[in-house]
Amino acid sequence: MAAQVQNLYGNEKQLRRQFILRQTYVFTMLIIFSIIVIIPFYWMILTAFKTEAQVFTSPPILWLTELNFSNFGAAMNAAPFLRYMGNTVVVSFFSTIGTVITTIFAAFAFARLNFTGRDAIFMLLISTMMIPGEIFVITNFLTVVEFGWIKDQTYTTALLAMTIPFMTSIFYIFFLRQSFRQIPNELYYAAKVDGTSDFKYLRRVMIPIAMPTIITITILNAMGTWNAYIWPRLVTQRQEFGLVSNGLRNAFNDLAGVVAYNEQMAAALLVTFPLLVVFLLLKKYIIRGVSRSGIKG
Amino acid sequence: MLEDKSNIKAWLYLAPALILLTIFIFYPIINALFLVILSDYNYLQGTWQGFTLTDNFVYVFRNQNFIQALTNTMLITFVSVPVSVTLSLFVSVWLNSVAKSKGFFQTIFFLPYVTNAIAIGMAFAFLFNRNFGLINTILGWVGLNPVNWVGLGATWGNAMFSLLVYVVWGSLAFKIMVFLSGLQNIDKQYYDAARVDSTKKGRIFRRITVPLLSPMIFYITITSFIGAFKAYTEVIGMFGERLGPPGNDKALITVVALVYDALDRSGVPGALSEAAATAIVLFAITLIFTLINTRISKNRVHYAGGAK
Repeated sequence: MAAQVQNLYGNEKQLRRQFILRQTYVFTMLIIFSIIVIIPFYWMILTAFKTEAQVFTSPPILWLTELNFSNFGAAMNAAPFLRYMGNTVVVSFFSTIGTVITTIFAAFAFARLNFTGRDAIFMLLISTMMIPGEIFVITNFLTVVEFGWIKDQTYTTALLAMTIPFMTSIFYIFFLRQSFRQIPNELYYAAKVDGTSDFKYLRRVMIPIAMPTIITITILNAMGTWNAYIWPRLVTQRQEFGLVSNGLRNAFNDLAGVVAYNEQMAAALLVTFPLLVVFLLLKKYIIRGVSRSGIKG
Repeated sequence: MLEDKSNIKAWLYLAPALILLTIFIFYPIINALFLVILSDYNYLQGTWQGFTLTDNFVYVFRNQNFIQALTNTMLITFVSVPVSVTLSLFVSVWLNSVAKSKGFFQTIFFLPYVTNAIAIGMAFAFLFNRNFGLINTILGWVGLNPVNWVGLGATWGNAMFSLLVYVVWGSLAFKIMVFLSGLQNIDKQYYDAARVDSTKKGRIFRRITVPLLSPMIFYITITSFIGAFKAYTEVIGMFGERLGPPGNDKALITVVALVYDALDRSGVPGALSEAAATAIVLFAITLIFTLINTRISKNRVHYAGGAK
């Protein structure tokens, strides 16, 4: 009996030691991996605050004791980044509002209403999700030309060309439909018995319940615009109508010549910073939304 | 009567999305199939010289950059997908088993997901800079000579390696988060049972974690393949529109880049058809590999209760 107790006690101690060892190992690996993830950000920030002499020092300086803020002003002079950011915010705002509205209505119809051909149409939508976007881009370019949004482009037509084609998303319809379907049918029938209209039910019950998903869609869509490069490059006829990615790439396109890396990284940081702030403020919604659905925004 | 009314109402709710999808998704698919059978289509004048089933595809295959583009796309896909899936699987398992600071690590690992691809691509290009970059500095610490990764006259191999590092780095965040949520859904009793039997960690990973996570691994692998075949913005971010290191232009061209190349020539007769043919080739490649993936996974994916 005593031996058995001793044995159990010994086991406990051994288990505890194993646990601590294992935790130390896991923790170390996570720290190493964190450093790898952080390095490009650190490098961007570090370089953005270097003077030209410090940038072209070899081996590179890895820690700054004095921050040099002049690169941000220089970057702003190299290209109108505030303007690009403004454009991006405007495009992002309109395309996101459009997407959220069309998505809510469509997801509601698919999730809650019965109509002929519902499943067939839904399958049709889903089956297009695997088709690469490049197939659409070719014709969409011709379409916006046809709509008169390219020739003699004004700021308004540039905005139309950048927003209208992106005012809905099959993926988000699919994603929101899933959320809507989790709302019990009983609530809907109860509302029907009380004579509540479908629209009122959508507005008062379904939207509030599915709000976390709607917020996730909003954020992911807005972040997508912040990343957009190809389509705005294709449809904007003047540089000043472009979005942040285009402005950034155009301002610093030469790898052969001597690039003012400190200014380039300052510009890159200016562009990245708003995204990071949004992420840190709303990370609950972003992380939950992305991991739960397994989606790529 | 009541049925009719409900039908009309449903269509009204669907209308905004359906109208947009018809114009910008369904019609383009049909139009791409139409463009690809036109010979010498000139969209400025709306004229073409008859129909052809194969000519536009022949143009694609004869494009002097096609082989390079296909090789690069395949290489990016078949290196970055397995590497990033494996790495993120390990990281998510570590993340799931760490007792403290899980939220902190989660936030850090998610950062690459919320960046601008061009901005961070430029940061990577400078990290790999020959004289002033961090990578060569670190190599110097362990006694290795500096490598010309992305500078003037850098070789295809060096440039490709740098690009792959960036692509893998950028694709981890999403996978880690998805795997982590999958791990959190695995029923704890499997692990408790394994602990009672004092099963080794490695064996637990291979016999419990991976099988129970397999539907998710399968899903992630498929979507990653589809995404990686479309690699393009990453190349632009690191190398600019030149698509390669200076002096080695287009060394890292991809299939998607060919589509936009053709589209940039849209005024030239036949260019739009070539763009459509290239995009269809890309779709065919994606489809084939998705089917192969599905085939292979059929026997390996384990859809038991416990993991969703």
